[in-house]
Amino acid sequence: MNGSAAPTIRADALTKRFGDFVAVSDVSFEIRAGEIWGFLGPNGAGKSTTIRMLCGVLSPTSGSAEVLGFDVARDPEEVKLRIGYMAQGSSLWNDLSVQEHLRFYAGLFGLAGTKREDAISHWLKRLDLYGQRARLAGTLSGGYRKRLALACTLLHEPQMVFLDEPTSGVDPLSRREFWDIIVALAEAGTTVLVTTHYLDEAEHCNDLALIYDGKIVASGTPESLKRDARNGITAEILSPDTVRVLDAIETQPFVASAGLYGSALHVCIRERDGLDRLSQFLQEHAIPVDSIAQVTPSLEDVFASLVGKR
Amino acid sequence: MNWGRVWTIAAKEFTQFFRDHRTVGATVLMPILQVILYGYLSSDIKHQPTIAWDLSQTAESRQFLDALTNSQYFSITFRAQSMRDVVRHIDDGQALAGIVIPPDYATLLHRKQQPQVMVAVDASDATAAQTALSVAEAVGTNISHTLQIQQLRLQGANIPRIGVDVRARAWYNPGLRQEVFIVPGVLALVMQFTMTFLSMSTIVRERELGTLEQLIVSPIRSSELMLGKMIPIMTIGYINVTMILLFAVFWFGVPVAGSVVFLYLTVFVFFFTTVGLGTFVSTIAKTYIQAIQLIQFFLLPSMLLSGFIFPVDAMPKVMQWLAYLVPLTYFLAIVRGIIIKGVGIDYLWPQVLMLLAFGMVVFTTAVLRFRKRID
Repeated sequence: MNGSAAPTIRADALTKRFGDFVAVSDVSFEIRAGEIWGFLGPNGAGKSTTIRMLCGVLSPTSGSAEVLGFDVARDPEEVKLRIGYMAQGSSLWNDLSVQEHLRFYAGLFGLAGTKREDAISHWLKRLDLYGQRARLAGTLSGGYRKRLALACTLLHEPQMVFLDEPTSGVDPLSRREFWDIIVALAEAGTTVLVTTHYLDEAEHCNDLALIYDGKIVASGTPESLKRDARNGITAEILSPDTVRVLDAIETQPFVASAGLYGSALHVCIRERDGLDRLSQFLQEHAIPVDSIAQVTPSLEDVFASLVGKR
Repeated sequence: MNWGRVWTIAAKEFTQFFRDHRTVGATVLMPILQVILYGYLSSDIKHQPTIAWDLSQTAESRQFLDALTNSQYFSITFRAQSMRDVVRHIDDGQALAGIVIPPDYATLLHRKQQPQVMVAVDASDATAAQTALSVAEAVGTNISHTLQIQQLRLQGANIPRIGVDVRARAWYNPGLRQEVFIVPGVLALVMQFTMTFLSMSTIVRERELGTLEQLIVSPIRSSELMLGKMIPIMTIGYINVTMILLFAVFWFGVPVAGSVVFLYLTVFVFFFTTVGLGTFVSTIAKTYIQAIQLIQFFLLPSMLLSGFIFPVDAMPKVMQWLAYLVPLTYFLAIVRGIIIKGVGIDYLWPQVLMLLAFGMVVFTTAVLRFRKRID
């Protein structure tokens, strides 16, 4: 592909209906080459459906998508040769060994001879699977299954990688390892689309899109999302009785959303003068509070406020 | 068509097949078990256990019983002392036939009158009963004729040897052995069963595992995937055919009268129907269990209608039409034609053509469904 001008992915008004249910509605975005693009949203929001349309597994009800310069509907074969896809659920044969899986995918992508063996041993070592290479996939633990699935996805050096919740069910240490690999891939020029439930992981992304109810409700860099004026003010309240505070303020009209954040309470307020109104409210109701301060919102706050508004 | 990818799929299927010892066992043992079971169970309706109540106790009555024994269809295993004995033995199934010879049997014969002999058979199994009754009647008629001729000769008559001399010949199966008929049928039956069952898991298993999605996202085309899955299935099919043939020849002594090469070619034609059917079911079923339930709707009626047990020509007209809608009917006729009669394409071309037609329709439908599920 020719440099930075053409985006790696261009989704144009993608829509998918299953009967009366609209899974994805009018979704458009662009992903630049070498970017880590995070796709966030609750279960059933439409993340996986969107990815499956981009990979050519599902055909969109309307709209179109271009991946690596090819129209997914018109040239699915060209797209499939150049992408890697790691599905959310299990996608391994329990009766094949780790090595047999890799040989199989090598064969599907036309890797042979030393090229094949080099690629296989590279990913076996990189994902710490070398000691497990003779084990059947059915006997592997959840974390190792994810490692194997990732190895199968990356074996043929795809230019574009779709990772659908690669770290779900993976222990924290391995999660960090996975993200090291993802970051390294992007640095080497591979474009990565990744979905995650963990908002701390989203901080690794260059760009984010939040999807809710099949629609993209916000997008931008993690920083810009947090800065976004629409989110109003985020206040952090420390109190000996956070639950009581939460109960009291949750239903107030000036509160967009409120939730526990560690031992503190994070409150998103819509109006500019919201902070004053909040302290006033708490004083009036004689709710004990240690401190109220404006803080930079976390992605969780952004997410909660966006979804809470609806 | 990228043969590297076809082979990649085929190699994976082989590995998985041989790794699952239960499947290997079932696929290898099932045909052998069926050949042995059908081969032995189908033995002739000979030597039926029989109870005789001989009230005459004369040389003449013994002659009659000997004639029945000599026919090989009856073996007199019990002697009754009363009618109750006879009824009880047939009731509890120890005897399948009862013979009652009246006390005046010999006396009546000497007076040139007709004594009556009672032959009662357990007709729960109509076919066996039919055979027993015909044989008993024939034995009776035979004895009557002999006695009549003896009598006339004694009276000084010069009796010329006239009458029709029926020289019956059992072609293709001179020994009239049931297994010669049944074992080739088992070959056809096992082929249909194994091939549909193996191909039934092609799509539905991958879908259940979640691996189908990975395959769809890979560059493999549906034709390559389908071919890669079919090659191991057909190989196993040919191994099965060979095993059954070896068993037929060396165990049951059923010779293959016709061309084995032609037989293997027609097996290939039959693959289109069986593999097509299995694949088709695989594309509509959501789970493997569901696929098994679906296929039963087809497999059982097709076995009953095909002529494997009941001859198609003897069926009521409507059943015959149904039988001709079952591909197994044609394959069965072909297999029996080749193995038993030793005929070739010059006689069997109508059946081969019909089988090919069925195969094309079923297979094309399956490929289209397969492609729709994959692409």
